[in-house]
Amino acid sequence: MTAATNRYFGSPVLRNEDAPLLTGAAMFVDDIDFSDMLHVAFLRSPHAHARIEKIDTTATHDRDGVVAVFTADDLGAFWAPSPLVVPPPPIEDLVFNQRTQTPLARDVVRYVGEPVALVVAENRYLAEDALDRIVVDYDPLPVAAELEPSAQVDAPMVHDVRGNVAAEVRQVKGDYNLAKNNADVVIARRFLYEHGLAQPIETRGIVARWDTKAEHLSVWAATQTPTSLHGGLAQLMGLGSHQIRVVAPFVGGGFGSKLLMYYPEELMVPWAARQLGSSLKWIEDRSEHFVATSQERGQIHDAEIAVSQDGKILGLKDVFLHDNGAYNPYGLTVPINSQCAVLGPYVVPAYDSSFKAIFTNKPIVAPFRGAGRQHGVFVIERLLDIAARQLGIDRVEIRRRNLIPSDAFPYKNGIMFQDFTELQYDSGNYLPILERTLEIIGYESFVRDEQPILRAEGKCVGIGVVCYVEGTGIGPYEGAKVQVDPSGRVHVATGIGTQGQSHFTSFAQIAADLLGVAVDEVDVTTGDTDQFGWGAGTFASRGAVVAGNAVHEACSAVREKILNLAAEHFECSSQQLSIENGEVQTLDKPDQSITIGELAVLANPMRGAVKPGTEPGLQATRYFGPEAGTTASGAHAMIVEVDRETMMVKILKYVVVHDCGTPINPMVVEGQIHGGVAQGIGNAFYEKVMYDDAGQIMNATLADYLIPTSMDVPVIELDHIETPSTMNPLGIKGVGEAGAIPVAPAFAQAVEDALGIAEGGSEILEIPLSPNRLWELAEGGTQ
Amino acid sequence: MKPAPFRYAAPRSIEELLALKAEHGDDAKFLAGGQSLIPTMNFRLAQPAVLLDLNTLPDQNFIVETSSGGVRIGALVRHSDIETSETIARSHPLAHEAIRFVAHPQIRNRGTLCGNLAHADPASEMPAVMLALGGRFHARSAASDRWIDASDFFLSIFTTALEENEMLCEVEMPPLPPGSGTCFLEVSRRPGDFAMMGVATVVSLDEAGRCAEARIAYCSAGETPLLAPGVAASLAGEEPDETALLNAARQAAEEIDPPGNVHLTSAYQKHLVAVLTGRALRTAFARANTSASQ
Amino acid sequence: MLEELVTVSTVVNGKHYRRVVEPRLLLSDFIRHDLGLTGTHVGCEHGVCGACTILVDEKPVRACLMFTPQADGHAIETVEGLAEENGELHPLQEAFRDKHGLQCGFCTPGILMTMKAFIAQHPKATEGEIREALSGNLCRCTGYQNIVEAVRLAVSRIGGSS
Repeated sequence: MTAATNRYFGSPVLRNEDAPLLTGAAMFVDDIDFSDMLHVAFLRSPHAHARIEKIDTTATHDRDGVVAVFTADDLGAFWAPSPLVVPPPPIEDLVFNQRTQTPLARDVVRYVGEPVALVVAENRYLAEDALDRIVVDYDPLPVAAELEPSAQVDAPMVHDVRGNVAAEVRQVKGDYNLAKNNADVVIARRFLYEHGLAQPIETRGIVARWDTKAEHLSVWAATQTPTSLHGGLAQLMGLGSHQIRVVAPFVGGGFGSKLLMYYPEELMVPWAARQLGSSLKWIEDRSEHFVATSQERGQIHDAEIAVSQDGKILGLKDVFLHDNGAYNPYGLTVPINSQCAVLGPYVVPAYDSSFKAIFTNKPIVAPFRGAGRQHGVFVIERLLDIAARQLGIDRVEIRRRNLIPSDAFPYKNGIMFQDFTELQYDSGNYLPILERTLEIIGYESFVRDEQPILRAEGKCVGIGVVCYVEGTGIGPYEGAKVQVDPSGRVHVATGIGTQGQSHFTSFAQIAADLLGVAVDEVDVTTGDTDQFGWGAGTFASRGAVVAGNAVHEACSAVREKILNLAAEHFECSSQQLSIENGEVQTLDKPDQSITIGELAVLANPMRGAVKPGTEPGLQATRYFGPEAGTTASGAHAMIVEVDRETMMVKILKYVVVHDCGTPINPMVVEGQIHGGVAQGIGNAFYEKVMYDDAGQIMNATLADYLIPTSMDVPVIELDHIETPSTMNPLGIKGVGEAGAIPVAPAFAQAVEDALGIAEGGSEILEIPLSPNRLWELAEGGTQ
Repeated sequence: MKPAPFRYAAPRSIEELLALKAEHGDDAKFLAGGQSLIPTMNFRLAQPAVLLDLNTLPDQNFIVETSSGGVRIGALVRHSDIETSETIARSHPLAHEAIRFVAHPQIRNRGTLCGNLAHADPASEMPAVMLALGGRFHARSAASDRWIDASDFFLSIFTTALEENEMLCEVEMPPLPPGSGTCFLEVSRRPGDFAMMGVATVVSLDEAGRCAEARIAYCSAGETPLLAPGVAASLAGEEPDETALLNAARQAAEEIDPPGNVHLTSAYQKHLVAVLTGRALRTAFARANTSASQ
Repeated sequence: MLEELVTVSTVVNGKHYRRVVEPRLLLSDFIRHDLGLTGTHVGCEHGVCGACTILVDEKPVRACLMFTPQADGHAIETVEGLAEENGELHPLQEAFRDKHGLQCGFCTPGILMTMKAFIAQHPKATEGEIREALSGNLCRCTGYQNIVEAVRLAVSRIGGSS
């Protein structure tokens, strides 16, 4: 048969999902309404650590509009610690103390915001009124708030583990001590890196409807992982998988915050709906979001780099603490990512990295776009900057000398990645990416000509250039079901959910090319377990890679069915057929054709048996499970101007050169990078979650937690280098998180440069920064 | 984040409004633009039992020039009205310049100047502007009717000289002195955020080009908007050259002692006082020179 | 008189509505839940994110910072009123699609309403003016670049057609 053409794959096709989103027709979870809908509000702990002595709900009982109030005591066997979602990888001598969250706190609360009771009422206003009438006697306990003190053996214990050790992991490659002995220069620094809150503009939310007669539960949730929620609810509620449908409708951004399993609210709302035989809705408000949704937070790295006189990395050592929050359902994903990210795109012959994950009385830490990689990239990039300065080598040149050469792939790193496979980079062209970045930002001319002139005019300008890799597209698998309808339209269903990643278009592009239809003739369903119930979810920059390849395989199978059936219909060989404009044509008789819709009807006959070995219809279900992830890469560069008096920073120019393998839709790829960079800028200079010693968040409003606005994010100039992945047939690498990952070290480098690090300015060893902090650093630095 | 229940009235006259306020006293709050009050109620940090809505009052949306060249601004004048008022742009460029720093366009379309002043958030821009301009505030209750000087109005954080049942029903900005120049400057993390530090300055020059008078006010500098009378006194009679400006900046940082907050250290804020005082005075004197030469 | 329930008459997207509500009902909730116009989204309920921006008497305001009785006698426009009845998109909506000015689309209705009023007042807006006008609407997906591009395109198209 003739090969499918890449008419749409690789093109900037406009999006299928835009029309409903632009007109207000798109359904988000809070848009769902039923005539019997009741509304839920959660009572949350005001203490970071306290024993619950008594909960008195009697004052709510006679209130108008209050339907029910539940506490942990009402839950019976449903009250149990949540299953561990991601177990720790099989690393030798690894310590892991599993302590997961419960649907409602029963005896002890361990962070401010932990749910203690839920109220069901006729509307949310009344539910919140009732919250004010529940009386809880708390006996406050000592609080483990700050990371480093919480790791001391005599620190207050969040659980029953001395030193609050959630995990201890050491990974070693080569002999660092030998490398250190052979080094000309060894640089050691302490780095503090805090990553913050995802803060999607849509908060979390869930609607659950229990149909008593059908004994069936329908759930609509703003989640990144509908299939996993489905499986979890079936298991924990003792229901058959056929008794539950979970739908992730349009979801207003996730960035990791909607993938934790299982959020207490995601369990409690369906449970209460079943108890009451009703429809319930809970929409997280922004105040709750600051305390009830997973976060990323801080790590403290004591890191060392051993280099030779010519700037070659001989070895790295890193010992770090990771703030895990109160529970650890998401295992070690974040700190293992940090551990792996320290290696970067560089040849590192020896690496000795160990970390302790520490329980603290703060909300649960789980991945947020980048998922720990930011911390690691900051460490290696800053160490290289300091090494370059000390050795008198240009900071770009030291990177050139250490990048993994293009002929060294696949490149094995000798340690284990979060997906339980050896950290291996499948393909890459790192040096060309760096060179292209330098060319676009004009590094040489800026440093040689422009910067001295601007400095002479009194302007504090500086440039920063960094490199990074990102492991993407990890397993285990995703699947897709593809079907041609009698109308000639194609339906693609996959288990992953969508939070803005354009899946309705990119998957349609793959299908349209293979099945000879237009992109807008492909209907994509994501995240509806009635349509497709298998898969893991949208996270870790894996949706396009893993589900995209599954769509490709399912469409290839349907294409074969179409051609075989048409060949039978036309009594010719399928080699002589092509599919275009929704029709199968024979190459030698162009006027002879049949639509794929007509073939779909023929494939589902009312008389005549389905022959052995065949199936009815033009449909196929296929799965794709990569052996291991695929590694994307890139470089970021920026030029900044700092007002030396106020320490306000303006980004004058921003360049990203990125390699995500073969892009499905470059328009979408660019959008993902723009958004990632904006979040990276937020992380570098704006967004800081502040806790006091009592574990209270100090800035839980969007007026105080500073998300960048349109005035704070610069125009981003982009270029692509395409090095196809070797881990999947389409050559795709993930791109969702990439933009966010290396921004902070580029920012730190550029600001240091602007403030005259070479002339004795202060080193920047921490993120996030602020004008206030930069001023303090400058005041304390040697001037 | 839903507000607690309250009873509501939208009176059609100011007399009716003030009578209701007299009846309900502290239980009742005035609702003008609501852009500070409603978020506070949504967080349930404020739970007034009664809300008295000003928005249905007739004739309160006025910006009127007085015979002396001052401007009176009514209770329902929105920030965006000030932003687009040609009268104010001409008569009080300081207010016009500062108003664009108040939150975002959507907030400015709803929030009122009088409501903003009565809320008395020391981080807010317009209270400092009123101090610098020497504004006067018209307070009325069912039983009283009086004017309060801006310098007597702001008592503490969210606390003003308004008595329990008084409403701020208009403000008057007196005419600028002859030969004057003004400047509002602030540094905020993002556009629309409250200032990390903000300064409003009014200066005037005598015929010899020396500083006749200076008024310098700060927002985000303490429990209320603050004047720096010491700096103003030192500048009076001085030639506003670079030395004088540097001295003024240094003196301001001694006179103003910002407390810091969860986002900011006191030392950095103090540093910003010096930086912004110098910059704002430089611009204001330059503008005064321009206006004098016209 | 003090009231615990208030009758509200308002015109939304040209259609007249009359409802009895608790005065504390936020206008955002009234529009979404009482009127079923769920295109107006709620992001923060404290007036920062801009997702709930609607037009009241043609001016953009935060629907979460108005009580429903305050809409009595006023005309409201929401995102549902932007496109033509035959489904033809407004030039702003068209430009957002053409320039990939939305990803998850949750903040988009508020941005469209803000920009509709802005373009009407600034038919020749520059990029700088557009960025300033957008600064009261948070978007967490796009980094704003394509939103700015989309508004620029809409400005040129709307300006060109008038």
